[in-house]
Amino acid sequence: MSRVEIRGARVVDPASGRDKAGSIFIADGKVAALDKAPDGFRADETIDAAGLVACPGLVDLAARLREPGFEYKATLESEMRAAVAGGITTLACPPDTDPPLDEPGLVEMLTRRASSLNAARVHPVGALTVGLKGERLAEMAELTEAGCVGFSQGNAPLPSTVALLNALKYAATLGYTVWLRPEDPSLAAGGVAHSGEVASRLGLPGVPAIAETVAIRTLVELIGVTGARVHLERVSSAAGAALVAQAKAQGVPITCDVGIHHLHLCDRDIGEFDSLCRFSPPLREPGDRDALRRAASQGVIDAICSDHAPVDDDAKQVPFGEAEPGATGLELLLPLTLQWGRESGLKLAETLGAVTHRPARILGLPVGTLAAGAAADICLFHPERPWTVRADALASQGRNTPFHGLELVGRVARTLVGGRTVHKT
Amino acid sequence: MALSPKASLQLGPDGRLRHLLSTEGLPAETIRLILDTADQFVSVSEREVKKVPLLRGKSIFNVFFESSTRTRTTFEIAAKRLSADVINLNVGVSSTSKGETLLDTVYNLQAMDADMFVVRHSQSGAPHLIARHVKPGVAVINAGDGRHAHPTQGLLDMYTIRHYKKDFTGLTVAIVGDVLHSRVARSQIHALKTLGVPEVRVIGPKTLIPDQVERMGVRVFHDMAAGLKDCDVVIMLRLQNERMNGALLPSAGEFFKCYGLNADKLALAKPDAIVMHPGPMNRGVEIDSAVADGRQSVILPQVTFGIAVRMAVMSMLGSPA
Repeated sequence: MSRVEIRGARVVDPASGRDKAGSIFIADGKVAALDKAPDGFRADETIDAAGLVACPGLVDLAARLREPGFEYKATLESEMRAAVAGGITTLACPPDTDPPLDEPGLVEMLTRRASSLNAARVHPVGALTVGLKGERLAEMAELTEAGCVGFSQGNAPLPSTVALLNALKYAATLGYTVWLRPEDPSLAAGGVAHSGEVASRLGLPGVPAIAETVAIRTLVELIGVTGARVHLERVSSAAGAALVAQAKAQGVPITCDVGIHHLHLCDRDIGEFDSLCRFSPPLREPGDRDALRRAASQGVIDAICSDHAPVDDDAKQVPFGEAEPGATGLELLLPLTLQWGRESGLKLAETLGAVTHRPARILGLPVGTLAAGAAADICLFHPERPWTVRADALASQGRNTPFHGLELVGRVARTLVGGRTVHKT
Repeated sequence: MALSPKASLQLGPDGRLRHLLSTEGLPAETIRLILDTADQFVSVSEREVKKVPLLRGKSIFNVFFESSTRTRTTFEIAAKRLSADVINLNVGVSSTSKGETLLDTVYNLQAMDADMFVVRHSQSGAPHLIARHVKPGVAVINAGDGRHAHPTQGLLDMYTIRHYKKDFTGLTVAIVGDVLHSRVARSQIHALKTLGVPEVRVIGPKTLIPDQVERMGVRVFHDMAAGLKDCDVVIMLRLQNERMNGALLPSAGEFFKCYGLNADKLALAKPDAIVMHPGPMNRGVEIDSAVADGRQSVILPQVTFGIAVRMAVMSMLGSPA
């Protein structure tokens, strides 16, 4: 295994709060030391990183790779390239493939295919129920052995509270984390936009914020009786974030994430039915967006994820209510997170924490840090160089982004996984 | 972060009407121009030969993804009185049921050299999608999209109100019934506010009033008597049968008792108040026959004015300035 020295970078390690110029010494795919070379270290490769920030590779809790089943939207090849082009070195992928990730064989095949591509580390989140139908529990122990880091319904609803209760009981028995979208299925049914002024004007059926708060309250009750560990996916409302803060203050073992688009956009951006701004959960009001930004900077929201959803043109070039929700996000996670951090007055290490060691903690994996002995998964980026988002220049097969044409700051120059360069511009 | 502001689809950079998609965002002078143009066409419809050659040689496609005999017919009559060629397509039962996408259907029709599309669709925003993809110079008229808008209905209602009340700036207008599902109500509200009506009220049970509708500049009433007091114009909305299945309303009978318009309730409005309805009416559900056929009803004149207003919109969209 080669030895690598990254020289002259601004080395930021959010887990320790470190932010100063220095070097990173890599041996055997791991971080050997910072700043001072270990005894006898002779680099086989030296990377001149002057002017760049070196930070742990990003950890993304939700990236749809679309395999198996939706290869016309994206392929493992294209999305793994997109991940490392965005500086992401570890990602969790939701089970909403076709068929869903409810069998160990599927999970093994996916992880094997992904690791053969020598790009980011892929950790599947298994289906909580067979076929995501919300009826029979999936084989969680078998799926865990196959590599699943948790269990989720993706965007599919769990139709009844008793099904939810039993899923939490069973997962708690074996100590698994259940990842859930907090959304009451009957309150959200049929909705395509946030219930509020914009949906009322546009005549779009709404998903009310209470669909989220009712679900969170129910979950907190069920966690109380089952002792299950729950990670809330994609909190979307001010009231939802406030409930999470309250639950955490009471010691409820709960974590949550937010999709990066929800920190920058709101329902006003739908304009005249722009289907690129259709998301699930929906973009809510400006006040919700602002509350989510604060909750993320205060740590109430543990992690920011791309919620990457490559969608083909045919599924977006339809009336708003028929359009498939989601946006491509792997290559925008870093610049949009940097923008949120800048606008929130955060230090760079604090900003990057939301996409490195904080999500890594939820996964329970020793990544997202530059501590000695950690995997040498590293992202080098230009902290100030602006670039313009061009949908057709993205590595992802998904060109569906409302940020097309916008200028962002923070372009990835090089990505290393296990000390090996997997992306370079 | 602000996304780059999107230009209005229905107005050109010069402010001219390119499509008619919604009454929202239409400047007052554009609405007045449409109503003034309609004035001239009312007289055409009263003539022996009810035809003018304004759109001779133009092809207008009525593309209805949701069936409606009434609205389609009024557009057809309007187009024919302007001498256009009219092609009616009931797409709900042809292309899309074979799996063709909305845009493919439109591209195919455009290849047949359509000059104007009149579109009705069950999805809010479908006409906007079409307007975004047609060739320059091809106009789209929204003939009703989901719960969103029915702008020609809203405009013909403005024509009717102006005809009877002359001035908008002192009026109190009530819109009664199923506002939640009503594209007509939304089109009326925007137009009334733009034309300077100081008080627009919506009246209905909480299950049928949209969230935060006050932000559209209306006052909400759940008590019909209070809402009708001193109104100059009372607009009744049609209650669709599927709303009466018990989830949003217990029964048609109970709805009529609470929100149906009868002579007693109408007496709370001003003595010279007019009663409007976009049709088709459910007699005995939202409106009593004695009122629908009574002296204050202007429901049939609405239909007549509707032809002239649609002629006005089509002529403005179909002929150079």
